[in-house]
Amino acid sequence: MSKKAVVLYLHAHQPWRVKPYSAFDMGVDHFYFNDESDGLDTNNKFIIDKVSEKSYLPTNAVLKGLLLKYPDFKVSLSITGTLIEQLEAWRPDVLKSFQEIVATGKVEIVAETYYHSLAFFYSRAEFVRQVAAHAQKIRDVFGVSPTAFRNTELSYNNELAKWADEAGYKAIITEGWDPILGWRSPNYVYKPVQTHNIKLLMKNYKLSDDVAFRFSDKNWSSWPLSAPTFSHWMSESLHADNGDIVNLFMDYETFGEHQWADTGIFDFLRSLPHEWTTNGGTFKTITQAAEAYEPADEVDIHHTVTWADTERDLTAWTGNAMQQDFMHSLFSIESEVMQCDDVSIIADWRKLTTSDHPYYMCTKWFNDGDVHAYFSPYTSPYDAFTFSMNALRDLKLRLLWSQEGRDN
Amino acid sequence: MLGWELPPHHAGGMGIACYQMCKELSSRGIDIEFILPYTADFSIPFMKVTSSSALSATEVMNLGGVYDSEYFERQGLGKQFSSHHDYFARQVAKLASSAEFDIIHAHDWLTFLAGMEAKRVSGKPLILHVHATQFDQSAGGSGNPIVREIEQQALLMADHVYAVSQYTKNVIVREYGLPPEKVTVVHNAMEVTYEELEADASNAYKYLVEMKKRGYKVVVNAGRKTIQKGLTHLLDAAQLVVRQQPKTLFLLVGGGEQEEELMEYAAEKGISENVLFVGWLNGTGKHWRDSFKIADVFVMPSVSEPFGLAALEAVGYGAPVIVSHQSGVAEVLQNCYKVDFWDKVKMADQILSLVEYDSMRDEMWQNAYQEYKNISWGKSAEIMHNTYSQHAGVSS
Repeated sequence: MSKKAVVLYLHAHQPWRVKPYSAFDMGVDHFYFNDESDGLDTNNKFIIDKVSEKSYLPTNAVLKGLLLKYPDFKVSLSITGTLIEQLEAWRPDVLKSFQEIVATGKVEIVAETYYHSLAFFYSRAEFVRQVAAHAQKIRDVFGVSPTAFRNTELSYNNELAKWADEAGYKAIITEGWDPILGWRSPNYVYKPVQTHNIKLLMKNYKLSDDVAFRFSDKNWSSWPLSAPTFSHWMSESLHADNGDIVNLFMDYETFGEHQWADTGIFDFLRSLPHEWTTNGGTFKTITQAAEAYEPADEVDIHHTVTWADTERDLTAWTGNAMQQDFMHSLFSIESEVMQCDDVSIIADWRKLTTSDHPYYMCTKWFNDGDVHAYFSPYTSPYDAFTFSMNALRDLKLRLLWSQEGRDN
Repeated sequence: MLGWELPPHHAGGMGIACYQMCKELSSRGIDIEFILPYTADFSIPFMKVTSSSALSATEVMNLGGVYDSEYFERQGLGKQFSSHHDYFARQVAKLASSAEFDIIHAHDWLTFLAGMEAKRVSGKPLILHVHATQFDQSAGGSGNPIVREIEQQALLMADHVYAVSQYTKNVIVREYGLPPEKVTVVHNAMEVTYEELEADASNAYKYLVEMKKRGYKVVVNAGRKTIQKGLTHLLDAAQLVVRQQPKTLFLLVGGGEQEEELMEYAAEKGISENVLFVGWLNGTGKHWRDSFKIADVFVMPSVSEPFGLAALEAVGYGAPVIVSHQSGVAEVLQNCYKVDFWDKVKMADQILSLVEYDSMRDEMWQNAYQEYKNISWGKSAEIMHNTYSQHAGVSS
């Protein structure tokens, strides 16, 4: 019998944020993502520098140490094309630190859309192109080819699983949300309905969120959380349902950015492999787990599930009329954009497909609102809508110019 | 003269109206001392501007202006606003007890208390100038009861009242119970000319210029985004227009508490891409002027509009206009479309005929512009001069 394994999966992403782009910029300034204002959260370089110092560099340093020290320790990582582009532009040193941990051979890179988009739900053709573009970028930068797939925000349904199965992926991941799991436990590998070879891994959100969200919460009864305690909880969870794996899925930026260094998050990460492996546990990457364990059951998910908000659906991105109108306007020009011969138009259009743009337009202010406000560079969802919509209008004008054969 | 704002330190059309009417009155030999609730730099050659407080224009505007009556309260958040209003009245009373003058002319509710105080200490006749009432600002509701009380008391005490339109006079007579003979209509006017603007050919809305070259038409509204302005009705009409003629863009200029609601409303109708929200613009700047210049049609669908200076401004800048029957400007302008604010189908119809038929659009504007040039502060100043004389014996 295989050892009990932790599947630690980290997701790294930064969007190209749209600058405050006014009605008077349209038709004049065709750069939407180049805010250089000091200290403004729409200044992408400023954000990349900040997150690099607080999270990417220290986290990669800790991970590298662990990967070299513990033979059993493994990590799965997804890194979006939009983040890689920005690291190439401004922080090659940080990109190198990612390359170094991948070079240990113990880090699996997970496939996804290059632009962290919701294209799957709007255009299958564009979705496929963005996944291919991501795979190419990963090969170029890291020299590996992904075998596991994650869609943006862990969004998932039967159709996606079928597509990933046919595309040859060995594993796919999503949220382990109770209404979908029913009596099942997230601590097993599953098989999506109507698929042949692919396996499904589902996030153990209780244990994942203990680290990702609750770790620094001083009002939490278990604060401060130590690695031995957490290791014990994972054993208990597996013991309770005789499970095989604990799927700890979270943002890469959990380490150092969402949970700052002074919360002790890095010490926690540094101690966890020791605690877990001395108790007889091991670590596996997503693909390794898919290959090591037999599926416990079939899972049938008609409605799209995600890992966001209390609803675990797409409403954070497409829940209100502004978001729907923006997405509709965006994808309504897809075929024209693809036919145009100006690559900068195609690139800018794709940057606008990044899911963060509609996310900033979210008006669900109550329980989830504080999370949205924390992640938004704009003062209101209405600003977010206005700036992105203006950028899209200008893009359409450029498209018109290009169709008319005009140089502008 | 008592007022709450003058350009360039102003929030709306009232400051502009005050400035232009004083210029005309002064040319008729009337000496004006204009008392403001803030300190600011003005270079106005035709009258004396007196500051009654050390606060800056921005500080006072942040407390609240004539358009913010709903935030006016004796306690709580609106208390500072209210106490500055009281302070203004005390300062004006002080000035009135020592200065020599013949008439007190006060503009809108924020200066009415000061006007009453000045009348009390000086015994001089008080003339109130009504640009908007609580009835208008709450779009036909009862509005803020404290402000309504100030208006009621002042209107009863006043020796005479000017209303900016017959529409407003009717409101004053009907809602505040004044005898009609106590109220004189003094229409607003606007002093911009199409000819002088032609010199500046560039337009700051490059995007709209480009879209117009490609057959798009631009429908504009400019003003505060509040319930009084009836903009949900314009968006209702816009939906019908876009369905018929997708190459129609709507430009909504101006900030206000309803702006975000309107964005969502446009999105719910699925017409976000055709509706541009520009937010607040300085009413004396190029961006503001260019908003009118880019217009193929200007629409003012107000639920209750005492006058509606922006519609005249639009004609002055070269656009034909559609105004609601519930506006004062509808009385002075005949060559325009008029519509009930709630009649979205008719409004859409009128917009469509103006964006689709250039001949009709040009004809309507040409004729409106001739009317516009005849609407002058001269006539209004003459009316005011006459009432001044009746009440103070000023000879012309």
